[in-house]
Amino acid sequence: MADKIPRQKMPQQDPTKRVYNFNEVPLGYDEKTAVLEATRCLQCKRPTCVDGCPVNINIPGFIKALKEGNPLEAFFIIKQTNTLPAVCGRVCPQEDQCEKLCVLAKKGEPVAIGNLERYVADYEREKEHYPFQKVKAEKGKKVAIIGSGPAGLTAAGDLARMGYSVTVFEALHKAGGVLVYGIPEFRLPKDIVQYEVDALKAMGVTIELSRVVGTAETVNDLLSSGFDAVFVATGAGLPLFLDIPGENLQGVYSANEYLTRSNLMKAYRFPEYDTPIVKGDRVAVVGGGNVAMDSARTALRLGSKEVYIIYRRSKKEMPARIEEVERAEEEGVIFKLLTNPVRFIGDEKGRVEAVECIQMELGEPDASGRRSPIPVKGSEFIIDIDVAIIAIGNGPNPLIPKTTPGLDTTKRGNIVADPETMKTSKRGVFAGGDIVTGAATVIQAMGAGKKAAKAIDEYLLTGVW
Amino acid sequence: MYAIIQNTKISENVGKVVIEAPYIAQHRKAGQFVIIIVDEVGERIPLTIADADKEKGSITLYYQIVGTSTHKLSLKKEGEQLYNVAGPLGHPTDIRNYGTAVCVGGGIGIAAVYPIAVAMKEAGNYCINIIGARNKDLLILEQELKAKSDQIIVTTDDGSYGIKGFVTDELKKILDSRKVDIVVAVGPVPMMKAVSELTRTYNVKTLVSLNSIMVDGTGMCGGCRVTVDGKKQFTCVDGPEFDAHLVDFDELMKRLNTYKDQEKESFEKHICQLEKYHGR
Repeated sequence: MADKIPRQKMPQQDPTKRVYNFNEVPLGYDEKTAVLEATRCLQCKRPTCVDGCPVNINIPGFIKALKEGNPLEAFFIIKQTNTLPAVCGRVCPQEDQCEKLCVLAKKGEPVAIGNLERYVADYEREKEHYPFQKVKAEKGKKVAIIGSGPAGLTAAGDLARMGYSVTVFEALHKAGGVLVYGIPEFRLPKDIVQYEVDALKAMGVTIELSRVVGTAETVNDLLSSGFDAVFVATGAGLPLFLDIPGENLQGVYSANEYLTRSNLMKAYRFPEYDTPIVKGDRVAVVGGGNVAMDSARTALRLGSKEVYIIYRRSKKEMPARIEEVERAEEEGVIFKLLTNPVRFIGDEKGRVEAVECIQMELGEPDASGRRSPIPVKGSEFIIDIDVAIIAIGNGPNPLIPKTTPGLDTTKRGNIVADPETMKTSKRGVFAGGDIVTGAATVIQAMGAGKKAAKAIDEYLLTGVW
Repeated sequence: MYAIIQNTKISENVGKVVIEAPYIAQHRKAGQFVIIIVDEVGERIPLTIADADKEKGSITLYYQIVGTSTHKLSLKKEGEQLYNVAGPLGHPTDIRNYGTAVCVGGGIGIAAVYPIAVAMKEAGNYCINIIGARNKDLLILEQELKAKSDQIIVTTDDGSYGIKGFVTDELKKILDSRKVDIVVAVGPVPMMKAVSELTRTYNVKTLVSLNSIMVDGTGMCGGCRVTVDGKKQFTCVDGPEFDAHLVDFDELMKRLNTYKDQEKESFEKHICQLEKYHGR
């Protein structure tokens, strides 16, 4: 009986060892475990798991192929609708998506769909290295995509497969957006991202690195220089700060900066790599999301002795994935919950040396539905620190909205786009991912990229806006 | 991708590099900058675009050799490649006919002030340019700037060339003797601060181009944040130019010291490696 086999656990690096390296934490299934886990799938006639997948992977289909000993076929099935399987298998919150809707979830142990997806993608990359065919741009139309994060790459893959000539403009010197600058190596090895990017290039997608749209050429310039449609996928690239005293002291970072230094610029290998990063024995990370966990775990690996997560609500309200919180705890991150920073204190040279915090208690639910934190009078206390990392979220990058006349934005500066077609207020311009929704997940951005590709195809075929 | 057309040492610690970068050459405006990465392990370093040749598709940058990255850059030869050049970045200078413009450049900042002075002149301003450096060897672009100035004044701290003294001394003389409509100052932070304090007393609008520590240069990391009029501003996308009278220079100076120890460590390792490889 398939449902008698327990959900197969994925082996991980021992927490006491992994805090000293940047290697990936979960180690992946071996073939036997993967096939065993695949046999747990009930192959439902009406697979609800697919409803939970923003890119509609044929989940029972790929699991069946895997179970029958055809991992490469399984890979092709996934790749039909998902441009980045090795990425999704690692960073998707499956517990809130496909696995949540798995029939077996009712009994508490859904099929480990994410782990299987990762196995299949890793199998192809490590064992088969399947050469991708160039797709002919037979539609004779050109699409520009701004941003090479998950939304941009997904749209690029889909549009190339449909026969469009696709150019992706990326501001940084490496493609991948948040996948390369934000998510640490120990969660998503960068050569995996590069492999997926290379697959797109092999299909015929052009990637223009170090091209910032908005500072010289604008969206209008792209439209008038031969692009038939533009997809804006510039992400949530504007770090939010606490706006409390001392936030500009040396050693106070936005999570974006801290992670970009470590991930994109490889400051964790300084001085082999030239980019420095402030290391300290005591590090405070402010925030309770995945980015906060990534920052805290990076700080540990950079040699910090005590790393705190300072979060103003309780653990229950933390937006981070449970799995990420658990891993941070296993590794020794100290959680200071119901705590809010009030000010940073510096030494005579302007380096941060402490953070003053205040205790919070939970009041009535706020607009987000979470109970809002209220400061407890007179409960201030001080934590000595050498580094502080502000991980309280990101706003939309204003560069494109500011330089594109006729593009409507919300009060917060997000681009207004139709949730189904990703059409903006400006003809020929589509937008999706974090620049529209505000900071969300990799897979949600990919879902937006997919919808945008479909809508762009329709627009370019019919000319109807 | 980004071939070096020419790379010359102007003096012991100052270099001039001409890079093939047609897109940037085509689009850049005065006041904008690029971010370069010298090699695969290099950092992203912001440098102001001093000049560009649209026809040849090249840009010219000046750099002071202060650490690993700039030293590596100085070793690059004609025909070799840079790993990356991104730009143009930042807001262009607000060039208008103000009337009389005084552009003040200090040390390597002269390279940043040069394109602004040229554009100010082309816009019809009466252009007085003051350039200064610690000594003669650190002075750059004097002849080029002379050709574009209505008046040029050169100072050195040690008197090895031009007038002995600081650029602010000369600026004060001008402010005392005539009406000035705008001052643009680029140079070391203490110099920009001194210029700012001086022009404040004369109530003359003053722009400074800031050299904060930067990573991405597109507004994504916030590392280059400065306090302007009590608010956080990002040098890369809100600047690099700001109203000098509103900038918190002391904070900027402290932030610029963030990596002092690591820069030293990195440079020592770099020199040690060079010696190993070249037997030097």
